[in-house]
Amino acid sequence: MAVAADTSVTDSPPGRPPRRSSARSRETRAALLFISPWLIGFAVFTAYPVIYTGYLSLTDYDVINDPSFVGMENFRALLEDPKVALALQNTFIFAVLSVPTQLIVSFFLAVLLNRAGRASGFFRTAFFLPKMTPPVAIGILLLLLFNGQNGLINEALGWFGIDGPDWTTDPVWVKPGLVMMSLWTIGASVVILLAALRNVPQELYDAARVDGAGWWRQTTHVTIPMISGALFFILIVDTIAAFQSFTEAYTAFFGSGNTTYSNDAALFYAIYLFQQAFEFLHMGYASAMAWILFAIVLVVTLIQVRVTKRFVYYEGEQR
Amino acid sequence: MTALDTARPGISPTAAASEVEAQGRGGGGGPSRRKVGRVLTWLALTALAVLFIYPFVWLLSASFKPRGEVFDNRLLPKTFTFENYIAVWQEAPMALWLFNTLLVTVLATVAVTISSSMVAWGFAYFRFRGRKYLFGVVLATMMLPQAVTMIPVFLIWESVGMTGTLTPLWAGNLFGSAFYIFLLRQFFLGLPRELFDAAKIDGASNWQIFTRIALPLCKPALVVTAIFEFQAAWTDLMRPLIYLRDSDTFTVPRGLKSLVDQFGFGGEWHWEILITASVISTIPMIILFFVGQRYFVQGIATTGTKG
Repeated sequence: MAVAADTSVTDSPPGRPPRRSSARSRETRAALLFISPWLIGFAVFTAYPVIYTGYLSLTDYDVINDPSFVGMENFRALLEDPKVALALQNTFIFAVLSVPTQLIVSFFLAVLLNRAGRASGFFRTAFFLPKMTPPVAIGILLLLLFNGQNGLINEALGWFGIDGPDWTTDPVWVKPGLVMMSLWTIGASVVILLAALRNVPQELYDAARVDGAGWWRQTTHVTIPMISGALFFILIVDTIAAFQSFTEAYTAFFGSGNTTYSNDAALFYAIYLFQQAFEFLHMGYASAMAWILFAIVLVVTLIQVRVTKRFVYYEGEQR
Repeated sequence: MTALDTARPGISPTAAASEVEAQGRGGGGGPSRRKVGRVLTWLALTALAVLFIYPFVWLLSASFKPRGEVFDNRLLPKTFTFENYIAVWQEAPMALWLFNTLLVTVLATVAVTISSSMVAWGFAYFRFRGRKYLFGVVLATMMLPQAVTMIPVFLIWESVGMTGTLTPLWAGNLFGSAFYIFLLRQFFLGLPRELFDAAKIDGASNWQIFTRIALPLCKPALVVTAIFEFQAAWTDLMRPLIYLRDSDTFTVPRGLKSLVDQFGFGGEWHWEILITASVISTIPMIILFFVGQRYFVQGIATTGTKG
């Protein structure tokens, strides 16, 4: 590195202050060396694929034969594909049901944990542990716990005299079952919210109490505004994840030789995309689907940022 | 149920509670009211904790039950048997799957930790034109759905003849990963710059500053990166599904999915096999959690509050 720097000094054109420019270029060169893995990876595994997916979306491509250009044909077919419409509908319903439920339940759990004092560590572990389960195992667990005839959930419902539905086979109940299962893995959100809650200054509650605010008003006027940054973060991350949810539903309802029952109700967009790409080898069509997904995620995220911006409060607004 | 116990760390909960008790709206109830609130909190937490842990207990218990009793929902097996564990080993190359998964996971973890820390250091320490803009690009890639790059990335590995091998499952990690770059950079920025300037004056090279000073100071963040990636690589299904064909190359999640296809959809449901294989795939993650619990919690809390 020192050798390289020396040559750059002699190479610098006359008339420019050599020392400063060489120090700068030396720093730039060192920085580029350090970030070069990412630069290469970005070019090869992100930038090029994004562009190439765009190109493929305009072609018919089955991996074996060369891509043939078909213009907007894939996008036209997409609009008319009832399975795309179904997959989009399923995905939206799942996102709309699961994201707010996860947010509310994890907030509730974090508030409880925050009141638990010293034992909060033990309970936090209990809530976080399910997050460690491989999603494939969660898919299997879903089939077991929500089994219509003898699953644990329906047995528990039976104690209260409720005749539980066929969660895994009745199209109406498949998505509620998936949403309930997704609540099992909200541990990370709970940990984030708990950390945020612990950063809320006690003085604010004291002041609110002096002003006569009860528990509800303290929650809505102190707690939620003060942790709105964390809530917003979870909202965005969970929404993006919900639109891409794949593994649990794919494990439980798809795969080779599932003729046992209809799985239309669990056909998420990511699952249909995967099938088109790697099971039917419709790479062009799947690429078009990928671009649509990207556009949807982008628009939904931008709307969320716009709408929630007014409500999010960052203390000090650092950096 | 006032927010009496929302004590901050550093203030002992009881002290904080009694301090505000005087001004509390239910002052008349005094300590007994507070006690009731606390008992209710504990009851609720205990019930919820049971709810969250029970599926594990159910699964573990069912894995020791004979086929006919799997769904009896008993806490302890009526007939205790190791049969299922033997059956899984006979029906599937479980040892091979475990080995494959461990190999991929270790390589993925080591690769991503080294590369991401290098890149993060590049963004944190050096000042160069376009730094902010480039780092913005790093962050933006986190938003990109995997589906958008999935197909061309597959074609790249196909063109170099690597599909069907374990390489595509980890080699991409040699180039860093946006989330960890963000996490580690955040940590590097928190270190005092004078430390590195002093080393520089003493004649240390950039590489020495990075490896001898920055990295050792950044150990907690490196551990967070490593355990996060360990979990991600161990549990991933999508990539093994795309790249692996041969049962001998499967990772545990991919193998587990093939067992679902074989013993579930493929015939009459052999739940006991699926249950036992699920237990085997989950146990290493539970161990990982208890080994690195502190780092998991810190790492996740940091992403949420600094994001």
